[in-house]
Amino acid sequence: MPPAIQIDQVHKFFGKLHAVRGIDLTIEQGEFFALLGPNGAGKSTLINLLAGLLRPTSGTLSVMGHNVVDDYRAARRLLGVVPQELVFDPFFNVREMLRFQAGYFGRGPENDAWIDEILEGLGLTDKANTNMRALSGGMKRRALIGQALAHKPPVIVLDEPTAGVDVELRQMLWQFIKRLNKDGHTIILTTHYLEEAETLCSRVAMMKQGEIVALDSTRNLLDRFQSKQLKLKLDPNRLPEELLPLKRAEENGYVTLGITQTGEIEHVLTKLRSADITVKDLQLTEADLEDVFIEIVRGH
Amino acid sequence: MRGLYTLFKKEIWRFWKVSFQTVAAPVMTALLYLLIFSHVLESHVQVYPGVSYTAFLIPGLAMMSLLQNSFANSSSSLIQSKVMGNIVFLLLTPLSYWEFFVAFLAAAVVRGLVVGLSVYLVALLWVDIPVTHPGLILAFAFLGSAMLGALGIIAGIWADKFDQLAAFQNFIIMPLTFLSGVFYSIHSLPPFWQKVSHLNPFFYMIDGFRYGFFGQGDISPSISLSIVAICFLALSWLTLQLLKRGYKLRG
Repeated sequence: MPPAIQIDQVHKFFGKLHAVRGIDLTIEQGEFFALLGPNGAGKSTLINLLAGLLRPTSGTLSVMGHNVVDDYRAARRLLGVVPQELVFDPFFNVREMLRFQAGYFGRGPENDAWIDEILEGLGLTDKANTNMRALSGGMKRRALIGQALAHKPPVIVLDEPTAGVDVELRQMLWQFIKRLNKDGHTIILTTHYLEEAETLCSRVAMMKQGEIVALDSTRNLLDRFQSKQLKLKLDPNRLPEELLPLKRAEENGYVTLGITQTGEIEHVLTKLRSADITVKDLQLTEADLEDVFIEIVRGH
Repeated sequence: MRGLYTLFKKEIWRFWKVSFQTVAAPVMTALLYLLIFSHVLESHVQVYPGVSYTAFLIPGLAMMSLLQNSFANSSSSLIQSKVMGNIVFLLLTPLSYWEFFVAFLAAAVVRGLVVGLSVYLVALLWVDIPVTHPGLILAFAFLGSAMLGALGIIAGIWADKFDQLAAFQNFIIMPLTFLSGVFYSIHSLPPFWQKVSHLNPFFYMIDGFRYGFFGQGDISPSISLSIVAICFLALSWLTLQLLKRGYKLRG
C-alpha cells in the first residue's frame, strides 16, 4: 500500500526566497495529520506543491504513489484540496457547482448520491439551490469544502478550514471530517487552532521557515515537551532552597513550578511542610500543543 | 472526455445565464449600427454592383459581432475566475492543458456563432441577402470565432485585472475590427491604407465571409481562408504553449 503522501527533498524558490527547504515527509493512508506553523512557514506552499498549483524547484511529491508532476492526472484524482481563501463562482448555485466540480474529475450522474451526502454532511441541503453569491460567509466556507470533496478523493487536504468560522460550524465540520477519516479517507489539515490538531490528529508536523522542525505523534510531542505547571499560593510567600530549581515564574502572589509527573506534587508538598510553609491555594495545569509549538518555534 | 465536456458545458451555461448581456446586447448594438449607417449611406454608397449598402453591411456586422463575442467569452470567463480566485477549482482538476484549451475555445465558438447568427437572422427582417457559398460562410464563421476564442484565452491568461483586459479589447481588438472593412470596401481607401489593411488578419475574415454571401469581394476567398487558417493555427499553438507552461496560472 503506497503512502497517501510522499514528499522527498522538496525545495521551492520564489525568485531568491527559499520558501520550502528540502522537506521529506511521508503520510500513511488513513492518517489524520496536522501541519502546523506560524504564518509564512511554508504550509500553504507545500500544499500548493502537492496540488499542482505550484511546481517544485527540485524534489518529488506523490499522492498514493502517483507523482504530482509526471502523473498529475492520477495524483489529482486522488486528492481533494480545500483552499484557504473563500473563493466561489458567482454564476451557479451550490448543487450545480458541486456537479461541475465532480464532472471535471470525470464523474457523472452516478456521483449524485455522494453529492447529496456532502450537502447533508455539511448542512447545505436547504441551500443546494441557492446561488453561491447569496450565501453567508459560513455557508460559502461549507460549499468550498464540499467542492473539494465532490469527486470523493481518498486524500483530503484542508488548508485552514476553520479560519473565521463560528463554533457551531467548526463542530459540525469536524464531525463530518472525522466520519470521512473513519471511512478510510486520509486527512491532512493545517490550522492555527492548536487544540483542534491536538484533539483530532494522530500525528503532527511543525514547520518553520520552510523546514519541518518537529514531526511526531501528537502524544509523543506532548510527552516530550510536557511540563505540568503547579501554581501555588504560599504563606509565607517563599520557596525552600530545594524547590528553587523548579521555579518557573512568580506573579500575583502565586509561584509557578514546573514538574513532569503528578507524583512529584507529593515531594513538593513534603518539602513545603517541613519548611513550615502553608499552601493556601494550588492549581495544576497541563501543557498543551500550543506550549510545545511555542517552545519549538522559539527553539529553532 | 467527461471532464472536457463538463468544462465546455459550464462555459456555455455561464454566458447563457446572462444572455441579455452576452447575446441580446451585442445583437442590439449591431442592429443600431445597421440602422444608422444604412440610413445615412444607403443612397450614397454602392460597394459592389447590384448589392445595396445595407445588404453589404449585414455580413460585416454579423462577423464583427461574432468575432468580438468569441473573444469576450473566453477572455471574460478567465479574467473573472482569476480575479475571483475560483480558477483554483479548475487548476486542481486532472484536466490537461489541451482539454482546457478545447473547452474554452469551443464555448467561445458557440457564443460567437449564436451572436453572429442572431444578428444575421434579425437583419433579414430588413433586407434579404443572398447566400452564394454556404460552405465558405461556415468555414469563415468557424475559423474566425475559433481564432478570437484563442486570442481571448491568451488575453484572459495574460491580464491580471479587468483594466488590462479592457485595454487589450479597446486598443487591439476594436481597431482591428473597425479597420477591417466592416463598413467599407478597402478598395475605397488610398493605396497606402489598402496595403496596411492587408496586414490586418480581420480583413481576411470579413472579406472572405462576405464573399460567401455575394460571391464577390476585395480578394480571393482561398487566399483569405489560408491566411485565417494560418493565423488560427499560430494563435492556437501559442495558447497551448502558454497553457502547457502554466503561464500566470501555475507558479
